[in-house]
Amino acid sequence: MAHIELKNITKKFGGHTALTSLNLEIADGEFFVLLGETGAGKTTTLRLIAGLEKPTEGQVFIDGVDVADWGAAERDVALVLQQYSLYPRYTVRENLEFPLKPKIRRLPDAEIKDRVARAARTLRIEHLLDRKTDRLSGGEMQRVSIGRAIVRKPRVFLMDEPLSALDAKLREALRTELKNLQMQLGATFLFVTHDQIEAMSMGDKVGVLNHGRIVQTGTPQEIYNNPRDTYVASFVGSPPMNLIDGKLVDNRAVMAPMNFELPLSGAGNAADGRPLVFGIRPEDVYLESGAPVEAHVHDVENHGVEKILTLRVGDTMLRATVPARTDVEIEQPVRFAWNPDKVVLFDKGSGVSLRHAS
Amino acid sequence: MAAVRTSSEVALNRAAIVAVLVATLIFLAPIYWIASTAFKPKELAVSVPPTVLFQPEVTPFIRLFTKRVQMQKPVDPQVYEAAPWWEKRIYDGGERVLKVGKDVQLSQYPNRFMNSLIVAVISTVLAVGMGTFTAYGFSRFKVAGEADLLFFILSTRMLPPVVVAIPMFLMYRMVGLNDSHIGLIILYVAFNLSFSVWLMKGFMDEIPKEYEEAALVDGYTRMQAFFKIVLPEAATGIAATAVFCFITAWNEYAFALIMTNRRAQTAPPFIPSQIGSGLPDWTTIAAGTFLFLLPVAIFTFLLRNHLLRGVTFGAIRK
Repeated sequence: MAHIELKNITKKFGGHTALTSLNLEIADGEFFVLLGETGAGKTTTLRLIAGLEKPTEGQVFIDGVDVADWGAAERDVALVLQQYSLYPRYTVRENLEFPLKPKIRRLPDAEIKDRVARAARTLRIEHLLDRKTDRLSGGEMQRVSIGRAIVRKPRVFLMDEPLSALDAKLREALRTELKNLQMQLGATFLFVTHDQIEAMSMGDKVGVLNHGRIVQTGTPQEIYNNPRDTYVASFVGSPPMNLIDGKLVDNRAVMAPMNFELPLSGAGNAADGRPLVFGIRPEDVYLESGAPVEAHVHDVENHGVEKILTLRVGDTMLRATVPARTDVEIEQPVRFAWNPDKVVLFDKGSGVSLRHAS
Repeated sequence: MAAVRTSSEVALNRAAIVAVLVATLIFLAPIYWIASTAFKPKELAVSVPPTVLFQPEVTPFIRLFTKRVQMQKPVDPQVYEAAPWWEKRIYDGGERVLKVGKDVQLSQYPNRFMNSLIVAVISTVLAVGMGTFTAYGFSRFKVAGEADLLFFILSTRMLPPVVVAIPMFLMYRMVGLNDSHIGLIILYVAFNLSFSVWLMKGFMDEIPKEYEEAALVDGYTRMQAFFKIVLPEAATGIAATAVFCFITAWNEYAFALIMTNRRAQTAPPFIPSQIGSGLPDWTTIAAGTFLFLLPVAIFTFLLRNHLLRGVTFGAIRK
């Protein structure tokens, strides 16, 4: 198992810059999730670690050793992709054996047999061993892909959206399985995804990538409760954090477009009068008859355990998560308030959270 | 295909079948003509109207493979009785088989046929092999001036090869490549290479590079990954390309006629050269042509599954 470090990595493809001075550290045995939208540079980061791409600038360290001159074969990492990581002409068994048979680290036959059997048992694919891979379902294919990675006992597992091509039910099941597997193996995982739910539910640590830059790294809780900027705030969480433009005047948040006000204490005077963005999670917005602001219910989404309301104040929309028993109708006037302790203040110009700025 | 079909779909389907049958008949007619002539008695070959029903015989093939001379006087009955069945067929035609001592002298046909095989097989292997590697390189690596290079490769096909036949002949004679297998092989590889590169490039582009990358990460070298993963995946493309290259090399006439006359002459220029003067022996020529058609037919038949997928350019792979 291994410790991974990326130092000051820049990667350019012709005129396009995929990654800009990226720094990243993954501790030994950690489940690290790299979260970002399509084109943010997640896959590039993964390929740099795998040795399939060379950085334009910067260094990659595996266990403290600069691996710039190591090919993909020597790095001893395992790669699981969204698709195409199984060899179509081989059976499941042959696919699992394949990583154990290269010349540079060919294992004895008995050992190969043993490892394949163990991996098959771990992933519950024993009954599929003699099947050709084109006769597998999507979930079975991904299990075999993961199997191809675990037979080798690599130093690090690199996973490029391995669950994205699966349907929702299966995705959920494999999410849990994968997390359990990682804990069981005690292995270092780098998991790339655009799905913030996967990131939050699986990661020990999450790195949010935006346009080739790491915006924030931290535990899922840190990222969720204390986003570094408005990008992270709106990307992580479903529904995302409400972001409302306004100003702070005498411990009150004054929202610019519609001039509604909410109490806010403890933000300090430094922020007074500056153009700000107030961030509040939907679950920290609540309805109350005596609450300070009136809004209209614009939309109701029933999620079973809760309802997600879209509230309209003038032109401003904001989301509120309320208990399912709350009885509201569209266009009904309601009053709402927020939990002032949970409000995150962002600078309007830079988008950076005031807590992170200092 | 939908399980339930409307009557108009059924009608359309029937019409399509009829159209395909008619087209097949039209295409097969000359083949039938060659095949039937190859088994006809000599007198019936040029009969008007053409004879459709006749007692098939293999005499044209015996004539094809032997050297014969016209006999001045009828054969001695004892000699005739002692001769094997195939020799009798020749005596029946008023000819005798040339022999050196006891050994029957073979005609040049088997030799020319072998030349065709040697040249076509070797040039196909080379053209497809080089094409496959070149296509892989273009498909997987950043090549400086890739588009220009590919265009250059394609441009070698923009001129009908026959246009340069005379200069080629002079050059070949100067370096001593005329009338040699290697000379023809070089020519046919040159004709087929651009086609092979372009066709294989299409197939290579279709193979997800993730397969090789997975192999690279698993500890294999690029070369091992190529042979273990890419090549089996490219088999369909290779088969299709090989059939096309083989047919081109096998059927090539003009250069074979100009560049070779004896040692390395292939079957296409040889067969018509046997027409000779006087009354041409069409049945023997048909027999030679008929045998000449077989290798391509067999080759294509063996690769038919690959070919069907190959000519659709992998469109149904995904």
